[in-house]
Amino acid sequence: MTSGAYKIMKTQKVGARWSLDGNEAAASVAYRLSETIALYPITPSTSMGELSDEWASKGTKNLWGHVPRIVEMQSEAGAAGAVHGMLQGGSLSTTFTASQGLLLMIPIMYKLAGQLMPFCMHVAARSLATHALSIFGDHSDVMAVRQTGFALLASASVQEAHDMACIAHAATLPSRVPFLHFFDGFRTSHEINDLEMISDDVLRAMVDEGAIRAHARRAMTPDRPTIRGTAQNPDAFFQAREAANPFYAALPEIVQEAMLRFASLTGRTYHLFDYTGDPEAERVVVVMGSGGETLLETSRHLNHIGQRTGVLQVRLYRPFDAGAFLNALPDSVRHITVLDRTKEPGAPGEPLFLDVSSVVRAKGGAKWKELPRVTGGRFGLASKEFTPAMAVAVFAEMQAATPKEEFTVGIEDDVSGLSLRYDKDFQLPGQTFAQAVFFGLGSDGTVGANKNTIKIIAKKLGLHAQAYFVYDSKKAGAVTVSHLRFGKEPIHAPYLVEAADFVGCHQYHLLEQQPVIDAAREGAIFLLNTPHSADTAWDHLSRESQEMILSKKLKFYVIDAYKIARDTGMGARINTIMQVAYFTLSDILPLDQAIAEIKHAIETSYARKGADLVQKNWNAVDKSVEGVHQVVVPTEATATWPRPFPIPLEAPECVRSLSGPLLAGRGDALPVSAFPPDGVWPTGTSKWEKRNLALELPVWDPKICIQCNKCVIVCPHAAIRAKYYPEDSLAGAPETFQSIAFRSTELPGQRYTIQVAPEDCTGCRLCINVCPAKDKSNAKHKALDAAPQAPLRDQERINFAFFEALPVPDRTRLKADSVKDSQFFTPLFEYSGACVGCGETAYVKLLTQLFGDRAIIANATGCSSIYGGNLPTTPYTVNGDGRGPAWANSLFEDNAEFGLGLRVSVSDKESQAREILLASREAVGAEFVDGILKADQSTEAGIAEQRSRVVELRNRLDRLPENLRARFDELAEYLVKKSVWIVGGDGWAYDIGFGGLDHVLSLGENINILVLDTEVYSNTGGQASKSTPTGAVAKFAVSGKSQAKKDLGLYAMSYGGVYVAKIALGAKDSQTVKAFAEAESYPGTSLIIAYSHCIAHGYNLVHGLDQQKLAVDTGYWPLYRHDPRREAQGLTPLVLDSPAPKLPLSRFTENEIRYRFLEATNQERATALAQDAQKQINVRYELYRRMAASGLPEKTS
Amino acid sequence: MKLTTNYLGLELKSPFVIGASPMSDNLDSAKQAEDHGASALVMHSLFEEQLSNDSAAVAMFTESTEESNAEALSYFPDSSDYALGPEEYLNHIARLKSQLSIPVIASLNGSTSGGWIGHAKFMEEAGADAIELNIYEVPTDSEESGSELETRVLEVVAGVREKVKIPVSVKLSPFYSSLPNFTKNIHLAGANGLVLFNRFYQPDLDIEDLNVEPKLFLSTSSELLLRLRWMAVLYGKTPISLALSGGVHTAHDAIKGIMAGADVLQVVSLVLRHGSQALDTLINDFTRWMEEHDYKDVTEMRGCLSHQNSPDPAAIERANYLRILQLWKV
Repeated sequence: MTSGAYKIMKTQKVGARWSLDGNEAAASVAYRLSETIALYPITPSTSMGELSDEWASKGTKNLWGHVPRIVEMQSEAGAAGAVHGMLQGGSLSTTFTASQGLLLMIPIMYKLAGQLMPFCMHVAARSLATHALSIFGDHSDVMAVRQTGFALLASASVQEAHDMACIAHAATLPSRVPFLHFFDGFRTSHEINDLEMISDDVLRAMVDEGAIRAHARRAMTPDRPTIRGTAQNPDAFFQAREAANPFYAALPEIVQEAMLRFASLTGRTYHLFDYTGDPEAERVVVVMGSGGETLLETSRHLNHIGQRTGVLQVRLYRPFDAGAFLNALPDSVRHITVLDRTKEPGAPGEPLFLDVSSVVRAKGGAKWKELPRVTGGRFGLASKEFTPAMAVAVFAEMQAATPKEEFTVGIEDDVSGLSLRYDKDFQLPGQTFAQAVFFGLGSDGTVGANKNTIKIIAKKLGLHAQAYFVYDSKKAGAVTVSHLRFGKEPIHAPYLVEAADFVGCHQYHLLEQQPVIDAAREGAIFLLNTPHSADTAWDHLSRESQEMILSKKLKFYVIDAYKIARDTGMGARINTIMQVAYFTLSDILPLDQAIAEIKHAIETSYARKGADLVQKNWNAVDKSVEGVHQVVVPTEATATWPRPFPIPLEAPECVRSLSGPLLAGRGDALPVSAFPPDGVWPTGTSKWEKRNLALELPVWDPKICIQCNKCVIVCPHAAIRAKYYPEDSLAGAPETFQSIAFRSTELPGQRYTIQVAPEDCTGCRLCINVCPAKDKSNAKHKALDAAPQAPLRDQERINFAFFEALPVPDRTRLKADSVKDSQFFTPLFEYSGACVGCGETAYVKLLTQLFGDRAIIANATGCSSIYGGNLPTTPYTVNGDGRGPAWANSLFEDNAEFGLGLRVSVSDKESQAREILLASREAVGAEFVDGILKADQSTEAGIAEQRSRVVELRNRLDRLPENLRARFDELAEYLVKKSVWIVGGDGWAYDIGFGGLDHVLSLGENINILVLDTEVYSNTGGQASKSTPTGAVAKFAVSGKSQAKKDLGLYAMSYGGVYVAKIALGAKDSQTVKAFAEAESYPGTSLIIAYSHCIAHGYNLVHGLDQQKLAVDTGYWPLYRHDPRREAQGLTPLVLDSPAPKLPLSRFTENEIRYRFLEATNQERATALAQDAQKQINVRYELYRRMAASGLPEKTS
Repeated sequence: MKLTTNYLGLELKSPFVIGASPMSDNLDSAKQAEDHGASALVMHSLFEEQLSNDSAAVAMFTESTEESNAEALSYFPDSSDYALGPEEYLNHIARLKSQLSIPVIASLNGSTSGGWIGHAKFMEEAGADAIELNIYEVPTDSEESGSELETRVLEVVAGVREKVKIPVSVKLSPFYSSLPNFTKNIHLAGANGLVLFNRFYQPDLDIEDLNVEPKLFLSTSSELLLRLRWMAVLYGKTPISLALSGGVHTAHDAIKGIMAGADVLQVVSLVLRHGSQALDTLINDFTRWMEEHDYKDVTEMRGCLSHQNSPDPAAIERANYLRILQLWKV
């Protein structure tokens, strides 16, 4: 009865119900009904694949007692291709995807449909990247495949994601039409709700074994040979294409039959189109997806107060059964509004609207004497909220004298005037559930504790529970907001909690930064984690916060969770403490019962990790109850200070007006006109967001400092900087500003300072760790020591402002290939949202220091595009002259090609400028023109001189023919050398973008490629890539990767003409800097593969640089530079920059959880793979050694 | 002639036991040691830090990154099934037990009372024949007296004793002010045996980088003498088993150990350096010597040169010191 995923899912069974998210709900069915699964990670569908892989690795069997075979592919196109093969091989197969991933599958989807392959895939529907990328949910992706011939089946809730998955898998078998089952990304895929699980018996009753056998018999086999995928001529193709029509004609009935069979087995009834509402409704909204739930609840309310409304939910969108659609609608309908969660610019309407309009027009005559009016609206793009207030506006618009034919809802459109106005304060009356909102940080475990809370409440009280979590796009200091609902009735509310009965603020600093108290209803309980006591907490609130507490009549409580955590040995983990505080105050469950449950959950989670851990957590639980204190709220506000605006006054107006509200969590209120229409934004905005993440700052002792600038080069956030400057610049220096004589024989009399940006430092300690300067009398005191941030913040803020105003060292006097000099170059990548201690960003920063003022960067999607380009603020910035990197992200898969295009364009513009200049050589001045065209731009001085020449050239524009002047004015800047970079992670370079990367490597264009190699898909949560090494555990490689890491460098070297460097900043910074300088100067294609430590490796990144050193010392990451220019000097191109492995590999791997996981679970396999990995290292070193010794074979002419 | 001996109530075929070391880490080397005559195997230690700090750290580095980012709710495969604490060690006990016929002694290493000592119970359940409690402590607190420190150790011993029914031995460092008295108290706390002595990782100083680096060197026969003295002193004064650990490299070393009073000799450096086959020579030479000197069994030899049986007990005491100093003068 309970084989398969049903049995082993990690979520908890709640009575007859289970509590899980939409992805797991769908995957649990897909897994049980599949023999083969092809995967590729993409948000928000990733966890469906991860769960399947996990289940398979634990030996969970499908419906037929077989463990499905799972294959991770190199891209979604790869996954679809593999699925095609699996199906033609006779397998029952599935895959999971979203957004761009689905687009990559389109060509193969046509094939699957054209060949009538029974198949079902599951999509967590997500926006497509247009003016910007968005990971959030809408129907842009699924609407882009509606023409492929796939059947499209929509789910509106977690239960439906489960049920429709079953119906889709069941219907595809007899119909032979492939299915795409979809539900809203994040809103459904990540919402936790309770549902009734489908048993194996029901699944068995749903699938047609005869159809399965028939599918298996159609498999390609030499025993019954056939030929497929033929090429057809005009005489045959058209007719053959029409031959499949009966399959589509039969499909709606097959689906409806499956739905009815499902209803008889489970009691849950669905139809192709489900109408709910007044049987005499005049106004009906047609919708797909989770928005339907909101509309249903709203319609119910409107009907309750005497209106006649209804909602038609579309289940089977393709094929669109016009008859079933019309039958589902009441005859009384006068006005139909179709809501589309997508946008098709330039179309006469959105797709669902057009379908409904054409069906009503073409076939509605039989049903209505006077056809109902049909209008269309867009809503919820990229998970924009769709609330009952908005739904009310949609119904109301149908009653307007002249309803908008086309509208949007949920935004304020002051550009096209399309948006509907709605009452933002409207709440559906009569809702019976309790609501709670919690503001926390990712790192404090708030979300995990809340997931546990809903399990406890659902389990002990038998309540229905819903949870939805809003995450930050910043990786360091990420804010999380948890929205929880509990009630006796099932909860259909796919929108955020706006009027909570309980608001918990788990981080004190968030209170004035986020709309925390805004989330509370009148009379709600407000709990604040604060270092201040109940007596003084009130005095530390802003005027606005106090006024809101008073006006909402909140019951205000405080707890010092961090003190309790410290006292009980919990470090910074306050999740359990705050969870106990919630139960202490919320009265939802008797406290002793709640505590017993929490303790039980702790024991379950940690028992296998150590008794001490359990005990510590238990102690924290006991201490928490007595730590909650009520604040006596005065009768009026007493604060004199206002809530601080998140952006300082000195920031440009455009930053204040746009980034400010986005940062304050009030971006939804910004109107359309506030935004650039083409996705082009100014750079240099991260400096205005002061995040104050560091608990401790590095403090500089100039007396010990040896002025090596190593601290500056390793800083991932550009928050510690070095300058030398003339002594007289110190006039007016703040009292605590430190400086010392600059150690330089060439520049005597200069001063030197290391300065931290106190509010931008994240406290990762890498600078302190790398500092080599120790006090000779007290070795633990270094030139950089850590000290608490708070007491230093104000003083260092002033010092940093003074430091920034000091003269910038002259680039033309600095050696770009020296570690020390390179760090006097201003970083043009600063204060990104990357993880604390990130191993990638120091390389990106170095790139911008050396070449940023003339760099164009093409950035693959991934961590580097998220910390590089995710709003509200972005880190790429400009120097004093206003120059800086021009940065863009195209997609994940096309980055190499995108960068190549930029190069081609830049080179072409340079050629055009040269041609024009050459043609006007005499007129402009022969010698001057020759100087420009033959300029040596290999040094900073050369670049500076060329820039001066271009300035002069623009002064001489009038000497050019008149018709060329304006054009040449634009082209002139291309006479200054541009540095084109292609940047991305290993998921891009080794996997999805490898084809393009390979092509670019083969072309020899002057392009620089930087691969930030974390050996795993970091951004989507640690899935294995072809860069993942043998023995490492990753998602999709749960039992440790068997195969060797691809040697990308060796591959690139095989082209002969490519500069290749393998670097690790923490192991040898001088080689890193040298490699960057050489790569950029190389007049062809350069590839730098940079070792990047990552939180996905599983250790405290304060040791990231030490691990890099071990990576090199063990031979795990050999350092080299392969420079084809050396051949001309009679040298071998390859230079090894690290010696033979001098330590066993285990010295490196023993420090990382990704390796230790395997030791803990399967020591024998861990040992075997470790031996394999060691062997690979030895063999590879020997190969490199020989290549470096003998060189590549001489080229023949 | 019999080589059998009794240690912690376990009947062993010879006094040659493999001490706590990586020899137990894989089944092959453990099996080889048995095949070459080892009479029992002490597993490498499960450290207190491993059980408390380590598991906390692992939990932290997986959990603190979870549920932070919409695209990556975690960075590792589901960790609830991974037991990065003692589980693998416990599984390994079971594996060793299934492969070996000699007793397997699990080893716990720590110095403070706490949840970690509870793992003794799991070791017993996993099939360990005995537990060797390795007390590893370097006192650095000027406020803590020697007796306070000893009390803490006794609490750990009593704590472990309470958890298990199998024999418990205690491995000590040589740095206790009155070892005979402390031994008596250890016995009262419930221990069945004493192992003399553990060998610390000694810190070395890097004078270029101004760093301290822990180092461990394999033992030599010169380390035997310290053990012989204390073995000789304790023999006959305590009913609990005595194991000598450190410095046994030749048959003569082993004979001395037995004569001083040891029930068993723990051998580590010799096999790490030369492999398990070194046990063949050791045991053969030992046996031959016993034959040549007409010893019927090990018991006959045991303690014959202990403090209580020595013809010159003063030589084991302070006089020994004087005599050696005088030798140096010559």
